[in-house]
Amino acid sequence: MADPIHQFKVTPIQGLDFGTVNLPFVGETSLAFTNSHMAMTIAFVLVVAFLTLVTSNAKVVPGRLQATGEQLFGLIDGVTDSIIGHEGRKYFPFILTIFMLVLGMNLLGLFLTFTATSQLAVTATFALITILLVIGIGFAKHGLGFFKLFAPSGIPLAVMFLVVPIEFVSFLLRPITLALRLFGNMLGGHIALKIFAGFVVSMGGLAAAGGLGLLGLPVAALSLGMVVGLTALEFLVAFLQAFVFAVLASIYLNDVVNLGHGH
Amino acid sequence: MEAESFKYFGIGLATLGMLGSAIGVGNIFGNFLAGALRNPSAAAGQVGNLFVGAALVEALGILSFVLGILAWLG
Repeated sequence: MADPIHQFKVTPIQGLDFGTVNLPFVGETSLAFTNSHMAMTIAFVLVVAFLTLVTSNAKVVPGRLQATGEQLFGLIDGVTDSIIGHEGRKYFPFILTIFMLVLGMNLLGLFLTFTATSQLAVTATFALITILLVIGIGFAKHGLGFFKLFAPSGIPLAVMFLVVPIEFVSFLLRPITLALRLFGNMLGGHIALKIFAGFVVSMGGLAAAGGLGLLGLPVAALSLGMVVGLTALEFLVAFLQAFVFAVLASIYLNDVVNLGHGH
Repeated sequence: MEAESFKYFGIGLATLGMLGSAIGVGNIFGNFLAGALRNPSAAAGQVGNLFVGAALVEALGILSFVLGILAWLG
């Protein structure tokens, strides 16, 4: 059966491997333009090009491309508005950037290149940026009142010693689950696709031997159908995971922006 | 039994975690349908919440799948 894990190996692109360099803190680091770099660069260029094309020559009655861009904009605008409230517009650029980048990388992995978001390093970076922004905004807006996040109002004092550690731990889990959710979805989807594709080839090879092996042909056809179905599901998952990342980032921002009071 | 085979037992047990997420996602969609059939006009507005909730629940099941895969291939 085909090995489903070597598709995730980060390899330098031919001719763009610049050897290793010795950095003071981290030691030996290899400088190379890898397939993961290429995927992220293409995703970035595509997102910028798409949004530039959408906003240039904007008409009052939008054409198809402009309508698509406006729908994505409106979707994230609705999310930040309904979750963060009237201050949502300030945090909208960050949420839109995260959403478009994650969506671009997810979709690129289905169409063209290496899936950059199937690397834990990439998703952990996104999660770390989000949670550092949340903590930074919390301290900038409320100072030491930020710690009221762990002591929700309306809880009797007797139970407080139980609730505060639980809230603290669940806050620490937020970046971890943000990173692992996106990583797991992308990794699992592509592994499942590769495994079913491997079945097609191995069952087909079995059928080529003839005799009872001819039973391999319907199994190969079923596996191919499964690959098609899974790819359709993967498109939905790519969009949904980008959307869920944006929604969760908005929720964490709302917790800290509207600390204590509602919006 | 060789020691090697216990690893595969562990991998199989790890992927059993997806059972929980399957029940959870079914719960969410079932409750959504029950509510939507009682109040169809309000259902369309909650579709966003539906998919976000399902993705949150699904995440944990996928984590158990990834653990199984990593145990198999890591």
